[in-house]
Amino acid sequence: MKHTISVLVEDKPGALARIATMFARRGFNIDSLAVGPTERAGVSCITLRVDAEHHSLEQIEKQIHKLVNVLRVTELAPDEAVERELLLLKVSASPDRRAELISTSEAFKGRVVDLGADSVTFELTGTPEELDAFQELARPHGIQELIRTGRVGIARASAKKTRRLSALN
Amino acid sequence: MRMNGADAILRSLEAEGVEVMFGIPGGAIMPTYDAMARGTTVRHVLARHEQGAGHMAQGYARASGRVGVAIATSGPGATNLVTPIADAWMDSTPLVCITGQVRSTLIGTDAFQECDITGITMPIVKHSWLVQDVKEIPEVMKAAFHVARTGRCGPVLVDVPRDIQESELDFTYPDTVDLPGWRPPRKVHPLQIRDAAARIARAEKPVLYVGGGTINGDACDELRELAETGGLPVITTLMGKGAFPETHSLFFGWPGMHGTKWSNLAMNTCDVLVAIGARFDDRVTGKLSAFAPGATIVHLDIDPAEISKLREADIPVVGPLKKALAELTTAIGGHREAGVPAPAAWVERIEGWRDEFPLRYGKGGDWLKPQKLMETLQEMTAGDDVIFTTGVGQHQMWAMQYLLTERPRNFITSGGLGTMGYGIPAAIGAKAARPEATVVCVDGDGCFQMTAQELTTAVLDDLPVIVVLVNNGYLGMVTQWQDMFFDGRRSHVDLSGGVPDYVKLAEAYGGVGILAENESEFESALREALSLGRTVVIDCRVDPAEHCFPMIPAGAAAVDMVEYEDPVEATP
Repeated sequence: MKHTISVLVEDKPGALARIATMFARRGFNIDSLAVGPTERAGVSCITLRVDAEHHSLEQIEKQIHKLVNVLRVTELAPDEAVERELLLLKVSASPDRRAELISTSEAFKGRVVDLGADSVTFELTGTPEELDAFQELARPHGIQELIRTGRVGIARASAKKTRRLSALN
Repeated sequence: MRMNGADAILRSLEAEGVEVMFGIPGGAIMPTYDAMARGTTVRHVLARHEQGAGHMAQGYARASGRVGVAIATSGPGATNLVTPIADAWMDSTPLVCITGQVRSTLIGTDAFQECDITGITMPIVKHSWLVQDVKEIPEVMKAAFHVARTGRCGPVLVDVPRDIQESELDFTYPDTVDLPGWRPPRKVHPLQIRDAAARIARAEKPVLYVGGGTINGDACDELRELAETGGLPVITTLMGKGAFPETHSLFFGWPGMHGTKWSNLAMNTCDVLVAIGARFDDRVTGKLSAFAPGATIVHLDIDPAEISKLREADIPVVGPLKKALAELTTAIGGHREAGVPAPAAWVERIEGWRDEFPLRYGKGGDWLKPQKLMETLQEMTAGDDVIFTTGVGQHQMWAMQYLLTERPRNFITSGGLGTMGYGIPAAIGAKAARPEATVVCVDGDGCFQMTAQELTTAVLDDLPVIVVLVNNGYLGMVTQWQDMFFDGRRSHVDLSGGVPDYVKLAEAYGGVGILAENESEFESALREALSLGRTVVIDCRVDPAEHCFPMIPAGAAAVDMVEYEDPVEATP
């Protein structure tokens, strides 16, 4: 079972390393990780996609919360949060195949950010599942390079109460 | 007040009320040692190896209940502290380690004696700081002590580059800490107490499974109140040893791999297991899936992450144990007054097991039996203020089984990490904490050789300790495993051969060495050692064939204990 966890940390040296080290040490699996600033100066948000197959989500959360620089740990439940990810994809495209690729990307609200002699680079933002779908459609054309940011998320206004894991126990 | 960073470190230690620090100087920490030379109220004990300094600080912390302080230089000085830091992490010992670092401008260049000690220790500290500006020193020191001793105790590291020790600042020590992410629980949820009390009070076969957190949480008086109010039997882990008086009628031994059979039977037959500052370590539970089958688990701990980490807790109680146990006692007292009876029949049943499966050992032969040694040590020190420390191995387990500890902080050992060599430096640190107490290190000959150099420190810094060297000429516990689980193939465990001569070695270090080859020699040697007030090593030649029982083989269920076999042949 996979979960998205949003971790607010003090923007201090080593804060990310401490989380990564703790995950490695305890054998927790990270699928993706994205770090960035928040609305508060000096506070960063780390969005983690974790696999809680072998360890309970509760245990993972509590271990994160024990770290001194961690301010808050929240699970972003799928039905109560918006999750997005950014994809940059350089795909082989001779001039005669470009139109097809571009129209496919438009269906995903993607846009062309670079054109080469034999390639097109697309930028796509969407749910991780949408990016997966576009990636599969582009694959037969020959993917030259692909990079994804890892997901970030935010709780919906309608979410009754964000599940603040750190409040458990 | 204007001063340099090194002075600021010392003024911070003084502001924290630190009495003593243990360390060794070296290049990158020299400004701080220079500041010591200019004057400080903090006593500095010069260790002979930084590992020794770290374990001394641990021994000090365990004996006193205060934060231990170790100080070392960069690079190898810092890496030598890694073992004590890991040990303090596993056993939740409050420890502040201060290390020098190469100049800020050299960090990352592979400079002489540079190592990334904050990186190396990241998985084994509660928190660490690499000081980047001299102005940070007061707040970092304040935070370091605060983090080390609040919540679940543990080690922290402060790494200070040499140029920062030399830079100047205006020093004021802060009154408060600014750590918005560090909020250990300070209260206990009343509903959790209510549920726990109701379940424990109604239990027919309850057991209090008490760990080291009870001692760290200064909750031993409250534990006693709880046990007596509820009529609840108490079993303490190795780290919890001393949390409850071991001659008390409700005390029922120690669980786990070399625990007593009656204790393991009680733990594995109980209907309500109340874990108090204990963490279901594999050495306690044996095969986890077979541990305490069917028991309702009530788990009290200050660290929420321990709840349901290994065994699902039915009723968690998170918070400071001192408060939690006091509130639990009141609530259970209410149930008892309302007529819910204490589990008298159950207590009788455990007593029956204790009579049926006592600790046993063969008494034949001319050899001094290690168990007999422990019994004699127990008898000759009973009632005195004696702190025992141990190394790790067979001697440690015999010490657990035979040295009855009446008070907390009088039995100091390396539990979680199992650090051989812990005993001697920990004893020295304990002596620094409580000079009025007699400190006895029960050590093995393997352990002794890992940290024996610290006997110099014991002699020169006037911190006399008695080392009872349980010398069987083997890495005993490894030998026992080879004999039991590796078809008796003894691989590189033989330490005999007459080298070193421990008596001469003790004398070389400026102490007293006494050889004891039988029971009467041990008695007279111990009597002499207890009267001398000096550092003494008693080289006790014990039966090398003696193995430590009972034993739960690793991975086996706790109820499948291997007991001492009869009859035991005397070793020729």
